[in-house]
Amino acid sequence: MVNLNVNIGGLNLKNPVMTASGTFGYGIEYSDFIDLNRLGAYIVKGTTLNPREGNPYPRMAETPSGMLNAVGLQNKGVDFFISHIYPVISAYDSELIVNVSGASIDDYVTVAEKLMPLERINAIEVNISCPNVKQGGMAFGTTTDGAAQVTKAMRQAWDKSLIVKLSPNVTSIVDIAKAVEAEGADSVSLINTLLGMAIDVERQRPCLSTVTGGLSGPAVRPVAVRMIWQVAHAVSIPVIGLGGIMDGRDAIEFMLAGARAVQLGTANFIDPAVTMKVIDYMTDYCERHGVKDINEIIGMI
Amino acid sequence: MKKILDFRIVENRHFNENYSLLVITPADYSTLPRMRPGQFVQVAIPGCGITLRRPISICDVDVEENRLSLLVRKAGKGTTHLISMEKDEIINIVLPLGNGFSIDGIDSDRRIFLIGGGVGAAPLLYLSKALRKKGITPTTLIGARTPADLLMIDEFSRYSDVRTSVESQDAPDHCGLVTQHPILSESFDMIYCCGPAPMMKAVAGIAKERGIECEVSLENMMACGLGACLCCVEKTVRGNVCVCTEGPVFNINQLTW
Repeated sequence: MVNLNVNIGGLNLKNPVMTASGTFGYGIEYSDFIDLNRLGAYIVKGTTLNPREGNPYPRMAETPSGMLNAVGLQNKGVDFFISHIYPVISAYDSELIVNVSGASIDDYVTVAEKLMPLERINAIEVNISCPNVKQGGMAFGTTTDGAAQVTKAMRQAWDKSLIVKLSPNVTSIVDIAKAVEAEGADSVSLINTLLGMAIDVERQRPCLSTVTGGLSGPAVRPVAVRMIWQVAHAVSIPVIGLGGIMDGRDAIEFMLAGARAVQLGTANFIDPAVTMKVIDYMTDYCERHGVKDINEIIGMI
Repeated sequence: MKKILDFRIVENRHFNENYSLLVITPADYSTLPRMRPGQFVQVAIPGCGITLRRPISICDVDVEENRLSLLVRKAGKGTTHLISMEKDEIINIVLPLGNGFSIDGIDSDRRIFLIGGGVGAAPLLYLSKALRKKGITPTTLIGARTPADLLMIDEFSRYSDVRTSVESQDAPDHCGLVTQHPILSESFDMIYCCGPAPMMKAVAGIAKERGIECEVSLENMMACGLGACLCCVEKTVRGNVCVCTEGPVFNINQLTW
């Protein structure tokens, strides 16, 4: 029997497979296709202090081997999450992680304080990397000072496991990772989407209402693998890898590069049952390679 | 319950170079899930360089034969590949998705008017069949650019009283836009409409003006089809909602048109 159990900064996961924020709704949307209890963890979509309507349509454009999105953190706010969503999803036996976003540090902290009493939420993922909002989001994640400030404030507000989600839209993601590690982050997840743009040449207009948006899907995978490899060698906290993972092979690639867990995002749109296949693949892969514990392959490269 | 199923192509009926009717059946011989008129499916189209599934409305369901029909118009890489596929090839589909037209409990004496534009008329075939089962013979008006874009008129005629409206001069019936067809001056209790957005907006305007209840089926671009990605939103009186789960069918009173 292969051990798939991994520990992410105090967070114990039955396997390394998580779902990326904003691609999996509240999980319930996928319950017809998969057993949510089998997931290592699932990350509910970006939650803010106040409800957000998000950006105007069109918010999506398919691009070569990927897609651009500009959803803009549409969500009903943290109070709605606590009163309406949490009671439903807390019945599942997977770790539940809330992705938290804010326009100001106070916003981030208030959301964390509201989530703190929820027994089943053992970790939050701090989103300092959303490219689709005017204030906050990526603004905090593209400087070492901004990333450090948010992390410091969240560390004081949140006693449980603290994941900071990093933006690839920076000169040195290693410097940002080191800055959040220094301020007490328990782990980092990377990469969020790459800032991109597409134009409808017939209509001579941008494809997205916001002009630019976040690129995801297999197109970004080699960039993600490179950044995970760099960060994993530079920090001592665990790295959670994401960015264009489409199947089990890709997930193993991220773990060899240094990821202790992986998140599947865009792949859920194409195959709603992909997470289950990735978990099965991990066991098969380890058996094929004579590996008894998946932790043995993490960061082999 | 939604499913991910492989389907075998039983027939690919080419109408012309731009349109095909794919008749498909579950490859594992399982029974088709129950589907409502107006719902849609998400089709994976491998081998043509696209990443996401393509949403396609359910044109018809044959429960006895356990078959589903999808009317496909050649638009981009995915649909071009799809209409070129051959009998016995396999396609993977997520279904059934969306809400569908509201026809439960509809009175059989209601005068129902279906208005379709181009390939958008597809879901109205299954709708007219369902209405016929309830003892209602709807009037169906189908608009198209040219006579070659008028499809499946014989099939529609089985379940409804069909009129057509074609924009080009060689129109077999009425020449012009659907909104200019004389049938519109008759009285109806309910309109179900599916087609290009400008057409649906014009129909919605007429329905509002005359106080006729009206449902339209939207086709906003989407990624997941499951209400997770929040890409396909439409602005409604309740704020932005997902077309894939709260629609694709909306009562026009819910929209901000």
